[in-house]
Amino acid sequence: MTRYIGARVVQLIVIIFFISVVAFLLVHLLPGDPTVSILGPNDTVQARAELLRQLGLNKPLPVQYWTWISNVFHGNLGISFLTHQTVSNAIGVAFPIDLELIIVSQLMAFLVSVPLALAAALRPNAILDRVATTSTYGMLAIPTFVVAVVLVLVVAVKIHLFPATGYNPIAQGIGPNLRSVLLPSISLALGSVAIYYRLLRADLIATLQEDFITMARAKGLSTRYIMLRHALRPSSFALLAGAGLSIGSLFTGAFVVELLFQLPGIGFQLIAAINSRDYLVVQGMALVAAIAYVVINFGVDVLFTFLDPRVRRG
Amino acid sequence: MSLRRQRTPHLEFADASELEEPLLDVQDLRTAFRTTRGLVRANDGISFTLDRGKTLGVVGESGSGKTVLTRSVMGLLPNVNLERSGSVRFAGHELMGLTPAQLRDVWGTQMSVIFQDPMTALNPVVRVERQLTESLRIRLGLDRRAAHDTAVALLTSVGIPAPEQRMRNYPHELSGGMRQRVMIAIALACGPKLVLADEPTTGLDVTLQAQILDLLGTLQRERSMGMILVTHDLGVVANRADDIAVMYAGRIVEQAPTKDLFSHTRMPYTEALLRSIPRLTEPSHTRLRAIPGRPPDLAALPPGCPFAPRCPYAQDRCRVEDPPSRTAGAGHRFSCWFPVGSPEGDDALARNVAAGVPAALAFTGAVPVGALSPVPGVSAVSPDVGTPAVGTPGVGQPGGGTIEGGG
Amino acid sequence: MAEIGTVAGAVEHARGFESLQGLAEPAPVVVEHRSGLGAVFWICFAWVALMMLLAIFASLLPLTNPDYQNYAVVNTGPSLHHLLGTDDLGRDLLSRIIFGSRVSFVIGFASVGIALLCGGALGLLAGYRGGWTDNILNAGSLVILAFPALLAILVIEAFWLPRTLLKLTIIFAVAGTPSLFRVIRATTLSFANREFVVAARTMGATTWRILFRELLPNVVPAAVSFALIGVAVAIILEGSLAFLGLSVSLPTASLGNIINEGVTNNLLQVNPIIALWPSIYIFLLLVALNLMADRLRSRFDVRAGNL
Repeated sequence: MTRYIGARVVQLIVIIFFISVVAFLLVHLLPGDPTVSILGPNDTVQARAELLRQLGLNKPLPVQYWTWISNVFHGNLGISFLTHQTVSNAIGVAFPIDLELIIVSQLMAFLVSVPLALAAALRPNAILDRVATTSTYGMLAIPTFVVAVVLVLVVAVKIHLFPATGYNPIAQGIGPNLRSVLLPSISLALGSVAIYYRLLRADLIATLQEDFITMARAKGLSTRYIMLRHALRPSSFALLAGAGLSIGSLFTGAFVVELLFQLPGIGFQLIAAINSRDYLVVQGMALVAAIAYVVINFGVDVLFTFLDPRVRRG
Repeated sequence: MSLRRQRTPHLEFADASELEEPLLDVQDLRTAFRTTRGLVRANDGISFTLDRGKTLGVVGESGSGKTVLTRSVMGLLPNVNLERSGSVRFAGHELMGLTPAQLRDVWGTQMSVIFQDPMTALNPVVRVERQLTESLRIRLGLDRRAAHDTAVALLTSVGIPAPEQRMRNYPHELSGGMRQRVMIAIALACGPKLVLADEPTTGLDVTLQAQILDLLGTLQRERSMGMILVTHDLGVVANRADDIAVMYAGRIVEQAPTKDLFSHTRMPYTEALLRSIPRLTEPSHTRLRAIPGRPPDLAALPPGCPFAPRCPYAQDRCRVEDPPSRTAGAGHRFSCWFPVGSPEGDDALARNVAAGVPAALAFTGAVPVGALSPVPGVSAVSPDVGTPAVGTPGVGQPGGGTIEGGG
Repeated sequence: MAEIGTVAGAVEHARGFESLQGLAEPAPVVVEHRSGLGAVFWICFAWVALMMLLAIFASLLPLTNPDYQNYAVVNTGPSLHHLLGTDDLGRDLLSRIIFGSRVSFVIGFASVGIALLCGGALGLLAGYRGGWTDNILNAGSLVILAFPALLAILVIEAFWLPRTLLKLTIIFAVAGTPSLFRVIRATTLSFANREFVVAARTMGATTWRILFRELLPNVVPAAVSFALIGVAVAIILEGSLAFLGLSVSLPTASLGNIINEGVTNNLLQVNPIIALWPSIYIFLLLVALNLMADRLRSRFDVRAGNL
């Protein structure tokens, strides 16, 4: 088993390397001259050439890549032209915001989808199941930004319950922090609820047809016990896989919500940097977001080996 | 998650030894499924009784309704598109019409079932320990320590070596025989009065079969349990059942104490089953005397006796009128118009042979089954795919002896 | 599924029909292979087709010019002249939406179509051939999939100016190809070793013939089902990008743009229908696509999890 994990870790490292290359190339292969936006009104041919040399942008690409990567290893991701902060600083601010957003929204999603799926799988095609399945269908068809807009309109503007925009760091108190994160989390959670519910329900229904469930019933165990202790675990694999994919991509995927609610997360900063050609920021953020995605999926894979004892052997 | 302590039982069950009536008394049990093709009568009026400490063997082909019988007796079938009627009296209580909660009180502690395939009947992601102890802790209220020790003792009693290690195993880490033993241990964990063993040895190799069946027999005697042994293999029940019920198309067509069933067979189907068992004493390459044809479509049963299309003795009456249940000695019931060994039966057979009825010809061995043209009245017949009632020759006959003469 | 006439079949078949009767016993559900795709499918198909036709022939329809600003009818509700009302610049919402849907449709269907062709062809090949072809293609797809697509799309389409419909379509197509490749490869693999393929091979059929005549017809339903979902995803993505002003450069208005306009400057309170109509439109379109994909999947018994 350790060998299996070891092999996967090696794979992970290779993939991370590849990602760094892609993140780098993405920025450097695309048209658009960063010097133009940096210099602004002081844009002359000489100034541009000078800046290019300064930034090392006139060197061949592999050299640039190597410089960048070795800097990254030393913790230096560069400096943002826009804010004049270090990129690592910017990431350090943005990352926890996304983390919190993801944790809160996914927690909400699980708290809703899991009990719902359990209840629905118990009586397929009964009222609860039909209603739940239909509404999750609807949820899947509403783009996140529409949900966010509706939420803002109804809750923040009309009822004045929560602030519409802005982020309050935890340092300023948990209360305001949660309030600023709640609406965006709900927007994100809705789509996840739909997916998780459908995945779990389908697997549960399949599992409930298995002989060992009949056996458990024949032992006189209660329905609740059987659902929670016998049916849930074997049915959770698809759900976890889906959750892994979902969560991993949320680091960038949340950009719509971040922009709408003015939460300075990774997506938000990324877009701002893209618009102003702040290429170092783009590179750094892209790298971090991509690594997060890959590591989370890796984590899910490893989790599988722990969850399914049959997998451990291979 | 906290495990509940023993719930107050909704039903009180007297100690088995104090029972005056039979342990299990099934009367006219009917189980039918509503399908798009009509009502499928899996159990069509099943009646039998079982006393404490006795074993009833239920024999039949696949599709005869025997597995549904075990589920229906227990009340385990999901209540969807199900029509179930009749009476199931167990230890003085009527099980028909009980609420799910009440039934749950009965399951496990009063009656339990051993499933056919332990690989699918055991939860693959749960260790053996929990599969054993959960009923002990939840149903009997034992604490963790006591449940653990009891489970270890159970494993020992079913003949599993190094039980402490086995507790930590997952089902797929055990061999087939051990899995089945674990199943038996689970079934007996709460000390039920009645065990329904649903083909407990199908899929095991021959030596294992004998071991498992011996084990079941020993445990049954020790605990004075009633046992219903369901199988498609006559050899399995030959030496181990006190009474045998032969099922066909959802009905019990003959039921008798074991000796009588073999020595005084009445129903042609039973006779055909017995004849189809290969004998060790016969020369090799002797043709199997299979029963031509296939079991009937339970959604569209023809009128009269369900076995008529394949029966060597069948006459016109059989195809029109349902034969009533008749007695032929103590505890011996059967349903046939022209029973085996009776004057009208012999007569019927002779007439059929003379008329060239294929089933009769096959029966007497006059024509090998493989050379027959399709039997009229039967939906689809592949002549060389008759239905021998026995899987492998010599199965369940520990001494290698034959079944003739009632052992 | 076992035959109904047998007991096993009856038990299987009877479970899980229509409504349950309240016993808290888990009742398994059996998938019925009804022939035909069902009324729901065709209704959705008709809806999508109708919307597509409207979009394609938008310029031929008697619609007001979507960019024409008529200050006389600013922020009006639905009326005879303007069936869905007007926005804050007096532009007819109905025509804006129909013209705006063009972008969604083109990007949605065209990109997925291209991805289907490329990814599909490669998937068929990899699944059928196996060996090194498969290894290389599969590894390649996994490597590409490792990098979050959204990120790449964001960066590329933000930098690669000017943003045209064509460029965006290509970007989406490239992003979608690896996923479709994997799906079709998986489906092909499950068919490639079946007897009818082996039979065809032993009769001397060429690879091409096998691919087209034997495998393709079986792979198509699964492929189309996933492709439809891909279209839905693409439409959502394009809508989100447009909402943020990151889609096709204006003045080509996309549905997301319209929603964005309906949200800024407090318009949501003043005239919420500007944002509402396009949202409803997208919603209905997506529901239809999802339903179609689902129906195809259950009809042809495609397992979603087996990627």
